[in-house]
Amino acid sequence: MAFEYAPAPESRSIVDIRPSYGLFIDGEFVDGRGSSFKTVNPATEETLAEIAEASDADVDLAVRAARRAFRGWSRMSGKERAKYLFRIARIIQERARELAVLESIDNGKPIKESRDVDVPVVAAHFFYYAGWADKLDHAGLGPNPQPLGVAGQVIPWNFPLLMLAWKVAPALACGNTVVLKPAETTPLTALLFAEICQQADLPPGVVNIVTGAGSTGQAVVSHPDVDKVAFTGSTAVGKAIARAIAGTDKLATLELGGKAANIVFDDAPIDQAVEGIVGGIFFNQGHVCCAGSRLLVQESVTDEVLGRLKRRMGTLRVGDPLDKNTDIGAINSREQLERIRELSDIGEAEGAERWAPACELPSSGFWFPPTIFTGVTQAHRIARDEVFGPVLSVLTFRTPAEAIEKANNTPYGLSAGVWTEKGSRILHMASQLRAGVVWANTFNKFDPASPFGGYKESGYGREGGRQGLAAYLKEADA
Amino acid sequence: MPTSALAAYSEVTASDASLRRFLHGLPGVDQVGAEARAAGLGTRSIKTTAKAWALDLAIRMVDLTTLEGQDTPGKVRALANKALRPDPADPTCPSVAAVCVYGDLVGEVKAIVGSQVNVAAVATAFPSGRASMDVKLADTRDAVANGADEIDMVIDRGAFLAGRYLQVFEEIVATREACVRPDGSHAHLKVIFETGELQTYDNVRRASWLAMLAGTDFIKTSTGKVQPAATLPVTLVMLEAVRDFREATGVQIGVKPAGGIRTAKDAIKYLVMVNEIAGDDWLDPDWFRFGASTLLNDLLMQRTKMTTGRYSGPDYFTLD
Repeated sequence: MAFEYAPAPESRSIVDIRPSYGLFIDGEFVDGRGSSFKTVNPATEETLAEIAEASDADVDLAVRAARRAFRGWSRMSGKERAKYLFRIARIIQERARELAVLESIDNGKPIKESRDVDVPVVAAHFFYYAGWADKLDHAGLGPNPQPLGVAGQVIPWNFPLLMLAWKVAPALACGNTVVLKPAETTPLTALLFAEICQQADLPPGVVNIVTGAGSTGQAVVSHPDVDKVAFTGSTAVGKAIARAIAGTDKLATLELGGKAANIVFDDAPIDQAVEGIVGGIFFNQGHVCCAGSRLLVQESVTDEVLGRLKRRMGTLRVGDPLDKNTDIGAINSREQLERIRELSDIGEAEGAERWAPACELPSSGFWFPPTIFTGVTQAHRIARDEVFGPVLSVLTFRTPAEAIEKANNTPYGLSAGVWTEKGSRILHMASQLRAGVVWANTFNKFDPASPFGGYKESGYGREGGRQGLAAYLKEADA
Repeated sequence: MPTSALAAYSEVTASDASLRRFLHGLPGVDQVGAEARAAGLGTRSIKTTAKAWALDLAIRMVDLTTLEGQDTPGKVRALANKALRPDPADPTCPSVAAVCVYGDLVGEVKAIVGSQVNVAAVATAFPSGRASMDVKLADTRDAVANGADEIDMVIDRGAFLAGRYLQVFEEIVATREACVRPDGSHAHLKVIFETGELQTYDNVRRASWLAMLAGTDFIKTSTGKVQPAATLPVTLVMLEAVRDFREATGVQIGVKPAGGIRTAKDAIKYLVMVNEIAGDDWLDPDWFRFGASTLLNDLLMQRTKMTTGRYSGPDYFTLD
């Protein structure tokens, strides 16, 4: 007897997608002066809207607007700024369903995740930083710390709205104004956020949104009147940004790639560890910079863990992102799908054993089944390169020391996970792992109060928490 | 049946010490993770054909229960009739799995349901389990002699919490022997843990393995007399246990959450969990039951809504 779940699609009628979108500058939607490009639904390849590509001149307008707005916004009392942020947070909650549906359509992530994770955490970030706005003197950053000025922010396509919140909320709370460029494949929720700023009566120019691809992003970060650059995305682009701003007085935070180790000891709560492995790598189709893409499992329990993992993977439902029962949605773009395929093929060619559960993929759109590679060693590329897709490499270890060595043997250092019932071991591992976040008996948990950021090629600076304020403030007399 | 499959575990159950070592050697359960998983499965959206199918299955899995001091022959006869025809207005509505009563009322129910619906009796000094072994076994034999098809026993939680695992094990073994009828067949045994008193998920997992090693047919969460009774995470841990046990021994054991499951929506959440944790082999009244008395009417009401498109009031459904 099989329990076939009937399709349970979320209605997309709750959201209006306009045929074309302009830029959001100085509180108004304006036409861009450059060309335009299309954003597509990765689950169906349907064109969703025509998006303006901001030219250098458009970016210049946006930065000027932000500079003008900075005078008033930065002098406003923290309490007043907080009111705007609280208002934005509440509107996000009120329009949560609309935001979730739009995010799933534009990004391809399952509605379950946009509804239950992304949007609630977005609102939580605005609430959290709204709370800080009038308490900046008590953030441990010296008395009366001052905003930096105009922040140029460039965000990725994996969590379009969440990354916007991580960037915009602390910047605004501290009194900065922003020019934000969303990723070219996922601009729609940022543009809906622009509407929310209007709805909240945010003073014009405090938030400006310029859409476009790499050249627009370049224009934002290299604009001479931008004081602070915040970027989340690939390590390659992060390096380019670091080079572009070298020698200027721009400050920067970079949140880049990762190749996190998820370490399972033989005394782990096995069923929950398997859940954590699944959540660690298949959450958001693996499009997570802190994804647990390297499973390090103690040899004595490897067979048991793999057996359970495979059984669990067989229950994952891949398909329509708007179906409430979907666990794994679409890959965000054709380019990304190609990259995942390429790295997986290399994994196979190098001798790792590839396994995926039998699952039927939709005929149109960009799809990749949840996949694991066993028999992987540190010498395999699949264990070193960031795949940024639902692909897990399984390695083994024998002792805690070996686990630490292997976990740290990567150019990245964004996150790690430890699974063990032994508390002392959790603390020991956490102090030895070179990673910005170490989760214990859980994975991929985000909280606005918790700082996030990496070591080595995973970037520098921290977002979230009290530490996240430091990236947008300077000492009063500096 | 289980004796040969469980031979490999004879060393485990040889002494209190070896049994303790084994049970404490089982992988732990992380509370936060288990609860998150159960909550995640609870968000599955079951509608239209899947919902209609699930509602009928849930009805077939109900153990219609009355376990009150005030139970009378009249009361249980009413319940027995309801078990046969849960929805008199709709002959396509299936019967429930069993009627669960105290041992002295088994005959009354049996006279009505015959072999169409099972009769389950609680025994072993239900619900506290606080009596001498002789009394518990006599209680069991009495219910079996009265014609019970299934025996719901309670474990001695005091012994379990005190770490006297072998005593609990031996009580289950002895009760199972007491379930044997003169013709050699035996009443199905369900072992109730009263998980609300065991408190931790680690204890729930250990109790599950203990009962399965002792040869139970079913493991059951609660008596319904203690809060919290059945919860999704507790049932999740038990489903993982029966799944692992079958993988280790080849023996399939049933699971019965009891107490506190009142709505069709909740029941469907349990079915989703059965499907995704243990597997669809367990989606059958032989392997999964709901111990509930108020659940049935909500299932019927939802079923009517599915067929007619309208909700009807409580007066359109029979009282127990």
